[in-house]
Formats: sequence, structure tokens, C-alpha cells
Amino acid sequence: MMALVLERRAEAGKWALLAAPLLAVGLTMASSLVVFWLLGQDPWRALQVYFIWPVSDAWGLQEVAVKATPLVLISVGLALCFRSNNWNIGAEGQFLIGAICGGGVAVWTHGWGGPWVLPLMLLAGAAGGMAYALIPAVLKVRLRVNEILVSLMLVYVADLLLDWLVRGPWRDPMGFNMPQTVTFARDATLPLLFDGGRMNLGSVIALVVVVVAAVVMARTLKGFEIRLVGQAPRAARFAGFSDTRLTITVFAVSGALAGLAGVIEAAGTVRQLLPGFSPGYGFTAIIVAFLGRLNPVGCLIAGIFIAITFIGGENAQIILRLPRDMTLVFQGLLLFYILACDTLILYRIRRRVPLQGAQT
Amino acid sequence: MTLATAILLTVITAATPLLIAAIGELVVERSGVLNLGVEGMMIMGAAFGVVVAVVTGSSLLGVLAAIGAGVALAAVFALLTLGLAVNQYASGLALTIFGLGLSGVVGAPFVGIQRDGIGRIAIPLLSDIPVIGPILFRQDPFVYASFALVAGVAWFLWRTKAGLILRACGENPVSAHALGYRVLRIRLYAVLFGGACAGLAGAYLSLVLTPFWTAGMTAGRGWIALAIVVFASWLPLRTMLGAYLFGGLIVLQLHAQTAGVAVPSQLLAAMPYLITILALTLIMAMRRGGGAGSVAPAGLGQPFTPDR
Repeated sequence: MMALVLERRAEAGKWALLAAPLLAVGLTMASSLVVFWLLGQDPWRALQVYFIWPVSDAWGLQEVAVKATPLVLISVGLALCFRSNNWNIGAEGQFLIGAICGGGVAVWTHGWGGPWVLPLMLLAGAAGGMAYALIPAVLKVRLRVNEILVSLMLVYVADLLLDWLVRGPWRDPMGFNMPQTVTFARDATLPLLFDGGRMNLGSVIALVVVVVAAVVMARTLKGFEIRLVGQAPRAARFAGFSDTRLTITVFAVSGALAGLAGVIEAAGTVRQLLPGFSPGYGFTAIIVAFLGRLNPVGCLIAGIFIAITFIGGENAQIILRLPRDMTLVFQGLLLFYILACDTLILYRIRRRVPLQGAQT
Repeated sequence: MTLATAILLTVITAATPLLIAAIGELVVERSGVLNLGVEGMMIMGAAFGVVVAVVTGSSLLGVLAAIGAGVALAAVFALLTLGLAVNQYASGLALTIFGLGLSGVVGAPFVGIQRDGIGRIAIPLLSDIPVIGPILFRQDPFVYASFALVAGVAWFLWRTKAGLILRACGENPVSAHALGYRVLRIRLYAVLFGGACAGLAGAYLSLVLTPFWTAGMTAGRGWIALAIVVFASWLPLRTMLGAYLFGGLIVLQLHAQTAGVAVPSQLLAAMPYLITILALTLIMAMRRGGGAGSVAPAGLGQPFTPDR
């Protein structure tokens, strides 16, 4: 049998809270060097393309903010879920439904809207995402149906719904039969923050959400409840906190945030609906949430980092002719490393010292 | 061949990858481990299967490579969840993301390369039986393998001591450990078996069902396999029933699509996913009402560290 055993630490080292994600990022970079080398690329140049170029000019920095916005919004919501042992992995679907509901308002009011359109869109997007997330939540609390499978199946459904809408009823009549909606009117788009880039008001909304979530988690009873349920479910039950209510709450909040991210992507960045609208933000946000230690501020930092690699991946596709899926490989690797490094916090690895006369 | 036999044949073809992957995951979950990475292992099997088959020209080597790819990914999962006691949900998700990515990278140079599928083998005498002969005994080797897997797993779990021990590890790892069984080692074998099955299921997709590579070709089948295990109450024969039910629905949807039913094609394409949700809901509602079936292994999804 193994000579090494895991031993639970009496108290998690404070240093490990920061060290684990940094170590995971370092290991991912080291692994990617090897992968680049195996693919016959110059590893240093590839690293530059992935991590340095995206942040080397003003336009690039704005793009980082544009990509980080949905990742941060979604991951903050997912962090609440994961902390309380609710496994919402269908954020991608809630993101798409948010975009569909918000974008639907834009399509419907096209040509006769006013300044009221944008707030209505944001509201519709958040409400749509919330409603969609409540399907697995309600099935879970009522019938104990597995929320992982239901939320994931709904991603495929949302994807097909979007596909149907933009090819059918919502197709732009002047669009040369292209499967896409009209380009949203001015009233239905989020204002840009600076010239020479696509950064828009959505990034500000994301920042506000991070601050609010951080305060709620650290300073309110609800935040305490979420943390307690995750860390000590039995104690939480004795304290009189209701599992059911909490599940509904965290699913509703995370669905609303994913929906909000969807409508912000639609109204701020893409400015129309079309198939393949999302490059998988809802799934990537799962990794962001874990990299950010399931903490709102951590999600902000992790979201920015992952956004850089997202753009780096796009650059690498064009410049180095690396397959697009390479980004997914690195994201998967990163999650492996984060999880493995997490063990350093909860456990320490020790040599097994056999007790005399006793088999352990 | 009558129309009914033809339809039943396609049902079996559609159900076989689901069945193979689900029966593997059933063994994993019976040992107390929830591996959500079935989709990732399956697509790795599909990619490595077709790539190795194209390069070497041998379908058999392709199948072996697919199994190897599934086992390799399962080994990574085992290292994390068994060796390091990491959260099983998150590790499974990582496995799926990683598998989808790596399969895309590996398969990219092979997109669109068509090759002959693996042919059917008629079993002498048995295949001459009217009606069931052509359906059950004039099939490709994977279908026979799936029959053998179901029978083998059912026999192993309920008729052997090793199977009893494996189930004990899933129901109550602490007690199993106290009795002197090596819980982690048994779980490791189960996880690797699950990986082999998922890889084999993937090979079926890329070597038989659609004999070429397209990125993301599993299209959620790994997740549906997970749902089938729940639907089947962790019982092998019901897993078979569940897989054929889903296979039948998928075929029905394809037929409706070609028949030009006046429903958007996207709605038909969404049916397997909607039906999965419906099936899970119904089975849970039935269980709540004191309905049939054993429930999940009591220790499912909980990490186990022997020295606690």
C-alpha cells in the first residue's frame, strides 16, 4: 500500500489561500510550455502570444475587460452556489436565455424604442436567466432530482432555442438570409466607455456586482448562512437555516447574474443575436469561480486572468495556427491543478508511520 | 428485412454507446465514486479511436487506443479524487473540459477523413432465427460487447464476493475499511473500468455510428449516460432498458426529422435533453411515492481518506 497518507490539517494555512491558485497558474504555464514544445512551437513566443500580447496595448486591455465582464458576473453567482453545495453547471444556458430575453426586447422594440428599452432589456435578461435556473432548483428541492444533470441538459435546450429564433422568427428580414437578428438600435445598446475599443457600461455593472457580493458574503447573515451550509451542513441545520430556501436563493441569484451577463454581452458587445453567440463563457466561469477561491474579489482577479488567456487563445489561433480547442485544454489543466493544490490547504501529505502491532 | 426490424436495428445502434458508457459509470458509482467526466472520457475515446484507426489502418488498434484514452483520463481523475481526496464534482467537470479540448486538438488534422465503418458479424444459426435473429445476432462487435458487459457486470456485482465488497465500499466506505478492505484500491479499479467503458463507447461513435471525426461529436451522450444510471436506480438490467428507451427516442426524433414533421428541427433535436429531464423527474417522483428501485449508494460522491 501507499507509504504516503493524507492527513487533515488542524487549521488551513493562511498562506495556502493565496499560494494554491498562484501555484496552479504556474504549473499550468509550465505544462503549456511543454505542450507548445511538443507541437513544434517556440514555447517562449507562444507564452508571449498567450499572456503578454493581450495586455500590451490600450485596445487589448479594453478587450480583456470585455471578455472578463461575463466571466466575472457568472462566476460570482456560481461561487455562491458551489459554496453552499449547489451544483449549478448550466450557467451557459442561463447566459443564453438572458441574451435571448434581453435581445428579444431589442428585436421587438426595433424602430420605435426609447431610452426605456435598455433598462427593460437588462431586467428581462436577468429575469430570464433567473427563471431558467429555477427549473433545476425547484426540481431539486421538491423531488431531489439531480441539479447537475438538469442544469446541464438545459444548456443544450437553450442553445437550440437560440438557433431556432435567429433562423426563424427573429431573423433579420434585410439580412440576406443570414441566421442573425437585426443589429440593435442605439437605444438597445450599452454605451461605450472609451474611444478605440469595445469596453462598455457592462464592465462597470460587473464591478458593482463584485462589490455588493463581497459585502453580502462577508458582512451579512445570508453570507454567513451560505458559508456555513458549505462548511458544516449539520451545524447549519441546527442553527435553523433552511436548505430548501438557500438552494432556491443561490440558484436564483446565480441564474440572474448569468442572465445579466448574457444580455450585457448581447447589448454591449455583440449587438445582435446569432448562433454560436457565446464562446462557452458559462463553462469557463466554473473554472474562474474555483480559481477565485469561490470568493467574489477572487473571481474578479481570476476572471481578468482567464480573459487574457481567452484573447491569447484567439491570437494563437491566428498567429501560431494552434487549434482553437487548445484554450480548453489549458482551462481543463488549470482546473486540475487548482483542485490538486486545494488539497495542500485541507490536508498535508505525510509518510505513513506504522503503529506497533496495529494495522492502519 | 421488415421496416420494424430495420427500426429496431437502428435503435440498438443508437443505444449501444449510451449503454456501454452507462454500465461503466454504474460500476464506478456502485463503488461510491461519482465521475462526472464521462463526456470527456467518451470524446477522448472517439478522437483517439478514429485517429489511431486512420493512422494505422486497423480498427482494432483504434478501439484499443480509445479504451486506453478513456483509462488514461480516468487515471487522472482517480489520482485527484482518490489520491488527493479532491471534490469529485469539480474533478469530473475538469475532466470533461480537458477531454473536449484535447480531443479537438488531436482530431483537428483528421476532420473529414472518412473510413469504412466496422462491419457486422452474423452469428451462425442464431442469426437465422426469424425477427430476433437479425436484430440481436447480426450486429457489430460493439453490440455483442455491450450485451456481455451488462451480463458480466450484473453477475459480478450480485454473484461474486468481489462485487459485494465493491458495493460495500460504495454503501459505507468506513465500515468496509474497518473490515480490512482496501477501499481506495477497489475504487481505483472501478474508476479505471468506467474509463475503459467510456472510451469504448466513444470508439463506437467515431468508428461505427459516424465513421469520421467531428469536434464535439458526443453531443452530450456522456451526460445522458449519467442520467441513465440514475434513471436505472443503479441496476444493470434497468440500465440496459433505459439505454434502449433513450436510443428509441433518438431514432424516433431522426425519423420525424426526415419525415418532415411540421415542427422546428431544433425542437426535435432538443427532445433527448428534454426527455432526460422528464425521465429523471418522473423516476424521482415515483421513488418519493414509495415506488420501485434501490436508491443511490449511500457513500456516493463522498471522498474517503483511510487514516481518519
